[in-house]
Amino acid sequence: MLARLASPRTGGMLALAAVIALLPLVLSNKYFYDIAVLVGLNAIVCIGLNLLIGYAGQISLGHAGFFGLGAYGSAILASRYGWPPLAAMLATTFAVAALAFVVGRPILRLKGHYLAMATLGLGVIIFMVITTEDKFTGGPDGIAVVPFRIGGFVVQGERIWYWVVGALLLVAVWLALNLIESPAGRALRALHSSEIGAEVVGINAANHKVMVFVISAVFASVAGSLAAHYSGFVTPGKVTFLHSIELVTMVVFGGMASTFGAVVGAAVLTTLPQLLAVFEDYEMMVFGAVMMGTMIFLPRGVVPSLARLLQTRRQRASADGEEEGA
Amino acid sequence: MSLLRVDGLSKKFGGLNAVEDLSFDIQPGAVYSIIGPNGAGKTTLLNLLSGVYQPSAGHISFGEHDLTGRPPHEYASHGIARTFQNLQVFFNMSALENVMVGRYLHERSGLVSALMRSRRLARAEDACREEAAELMRYVGLHDYLSAAADAMPYGALKRLEIARALATEPKLMLLDEPAAGLNPTEALELDDLIGRLTGRGVTVVLVEHNMRLVMGVSDHILVLDYGRKLAEGPAAAVRNDPKVIEAYLGSAVAHDGSFESGIASAVAVAVEMRR
Amino acid sequence: MSAQFMQYLLTGLTVGAIYALVALGFSIIFNASHVINFAQGEFVMIGGMATVSLTGSGLPYMLAIPLAIVAAALVGLALEKFAVEPARGASVVTLIIITIGASIFLRGLAMVVWDKRLHALKPFTGDTPIAIAGAAILPQSLWVLGVTLAIVLALSWFFGRTLLGKAMLATSHNRLAAQLVGINVRMVLFLSFGLSAALGAVAGILIAPITLTSYDVGVMLGLKGFAAAILGGLGSGIGAVIGGLALGIAETMSAGYLSSAYKDAIAFVIILAVLFFMPSGLFGKRGGERV
Repeated sequence: MLARLASPRTGGMLALAAVIALLPLVLSNKYFYDIAVLVGLNAIVCIGLNLLIGYAGQISLGHAGFFGLGAYGSAILASRYGWPPLAAMLATTFAVAALAFVVGRPILRLKGHYLAMATLGLGVIIFMVITTEDKFTGGPDGIAVVPFRIGGFVVQGERIWYWVVGALLLVAVWLALNLIESPAGRALRALHSSEIGAEVVGINAANHKVMVFVISAVFASVAGSLAAHYSGFVTPGKVTFLHSIELVTMVVFGGMASTFGAVVGAAVLTTLPQLLAVFEDYEMMVFGAVMMGTMIFLPRGVVPSLARLLQTRRQRASADGEEEGA
Repeated sequence: MSLLRVDGLSKKFGGLNAVEDLSFDIQPGAVYSIIGPNGAGKTTLLNLLSGVYQPSAGHISFGEHDLTGRPPHEYASHGIARTFQNLQVFFNMSALENVMVGRYLHERSGLVSALMRSRRLARAEDACREEAAELMRYVGLHDYLSAAADAMPYGALKRLEIARALATEPKLMLLDEPAAGLNPTEALELDDLIGRLTGRGVTVVLVEHNMRLVMGVSDHILVLDYGRKLAEGPAAAVRNDPKVIEAYLGSAVAHDGSFESGIASAVAVAVEMRR
Repeated sequence: MSAQFMQYLLTGLTVGAIYALVALGFSIIFNASHVINFAQGEFVMIGGMATVSLTGSGLPYMLAIPLAIVAAALVGLALEKFAVEPARGASVVTLIIITIGASIFLRGLAMVVWDKRLHALKPFTGDTPIAIAGAAILPQSLWVLGVTLAIVLALSWFFGRTLLGKAMLATSHNRLAAQLVGINVRMVLFLSFGLSAALGAVAGILIAPITLTSYDVGVMLGLKGFAAAILGGLGSGIGAVIGGLALGIAETMSAGYLSSAYKDAIAFVIILAVLFFMPSGLFGKRGGERV
């Protein structure tokens, strides 16, 4: 029982739930709640993106595009056409999944820098469509979004959103952990390491890549829809190439192939710009320097690096203990 | 009826014919060895027989099924498994998980049940873990049941690939130089392992330079030279085929007269290296 | 050939020549190190902005331009020394993030050192359009095309005829073998960043009188230069040039005949379309996985 609790799976889920439950004790005002909600939404995107990049080893420099499609799809259907927000979100998610499925197959045939280019291009194209088709999207000015409501209940205010996003984050973590520990998840990790090796035991590598691409796009799209309703406004700012890069950086910063790492990465890099605001004009420089510095000194990411450190400590401690006993 | 039938198989790389107009049948239950000097097209042939390469011409059929032009995962799903000369181990996993990946075809689950972790899936996973551990013991990897793949020595990794291939429950197993890089003791253990594979009803195709191993375990031998068939037949006949002796093992025989001796195979390898 | 078509072609060639120079920068660094330097666009920005501020302080072009190129090259060398070199052996994703971090840093730096406004640079030799086959071309466009041609010729001489160039080429083909014959591959890597940065700066200076320049001009130019390099096939010099010109012409043509709103998207639509059918670009190496 204790062993189960200490496993990264159950233990990690419990720890995350505890953090979400206890965090309001230190969130003293709306502004902090706002940041916490943004962290949660980014974390959901990153958990999906980590399945694609960290586990399956397929890079995407265009996931802000899927986030943007989710946000604008919900915004347009719910606000312009008066759809119920939940229906708008589901329809948008389905459409994004379909798009990812269709473009996923030819794109994921590519490898390395060519894959990076293609996903980057996809993201830029989505961004340009959104800024250009201003009849629907409001162009660079963006559009206002109605609050999220289910039946008579309106989800409004930072505090209510905090609990909604917190619960969804736990669900996202749970789904990701389940997938990784399933035959399909093992197949993803296998093809990351050796595509040929995976193929010859019967794994259809192309299908699995498309599958995880679609899943990661769905995570991003749902987070985008929620973000649109939460902030009540969408602009193309969150659909840019730079935002795609921020998302990838969160994943790599937290640690590739670590679901909790993705959450940590999202938390740190979403909070960082708020802290850097004190640097005013130097904010951009400092952000760039932090990106470079962490990747140079912690190329494996924070969580795996810490885990490794703890492990060697523990091994050393137990080795010392044995020596003393002998 | 033959298990695998190859008909007029060719593979060109640019202007080079790596495999040219090759035809042969493999009968079930036998150990079928493919030998020949370096560059004779042996590994290319294995890549063709597992779908890793697409042939330029010719046909490959397995039992009733024409597999020509099909992707590798379909070869696997029909019951052809393989190992690799330059390991294709999943180094980002534990040894046990490597073998569990091999159970993929027999443990497939729907995406929804994977995401929700259904009870049925959880039970199947436990069974899969047990079967994988059993296979690791079967190939002699008792000591590595909780090892990470990237912490294992070379010889153990070669066995790990065999365990992974066995996990797919193959009818035909392609072994690409399983003895290369092993020390003499490890190589000797391989004889026994290959024997046990055929005992399980797995037909083995062996590409190998270690003549002692080849002559010890083979029922049937195919000799390749420059991508073409030089000789083929029962092991005893091939080893006495003057064409083979002259073209391939000539100097080794002249020197020692016996294939069984370690010196002979060393010379044979040296001859190959020179070519 | 209609005058309009001719006009689009000339404009496309001018823009394409700039893309080609940026793409060459990508290729040179990629060949030396297998790193895609996403900060390549910032060298273009530094070239343009440094020339603006140097001429603004009263220096003539003859002095300002070489100084700006040297400044960019120094930034390139520093980038290699302090960001790429310490991260040797890191994964592709990690290196991508490092160079993007560098580009954000350089953009932030430019914002502080200079400002966020758009700046114009005086054309090198007047701004009276010259008529060619019914179309008009700016003298500055001729400068762009001429200098690009000269650079391509100089580079092919450098890589084909000089010892250093051959060493760089050898390193790109086989790093280990190059090391074995005594080539200092670390020096090659170091120099490739300087050379690429200088090329980027030249592009930025050439184009500034036509399109204006500002601290963030490098973003789009960098991405399109990368697209051009991929279109031609990563690491192929001739591919980079053809990819750049093809992208420039296609972009101008489709902006003129189809929709100018989507001008910037065209490059990416083309690159996706090409990669769907030719996964290694037009002139890239087609290699299967060896097992």
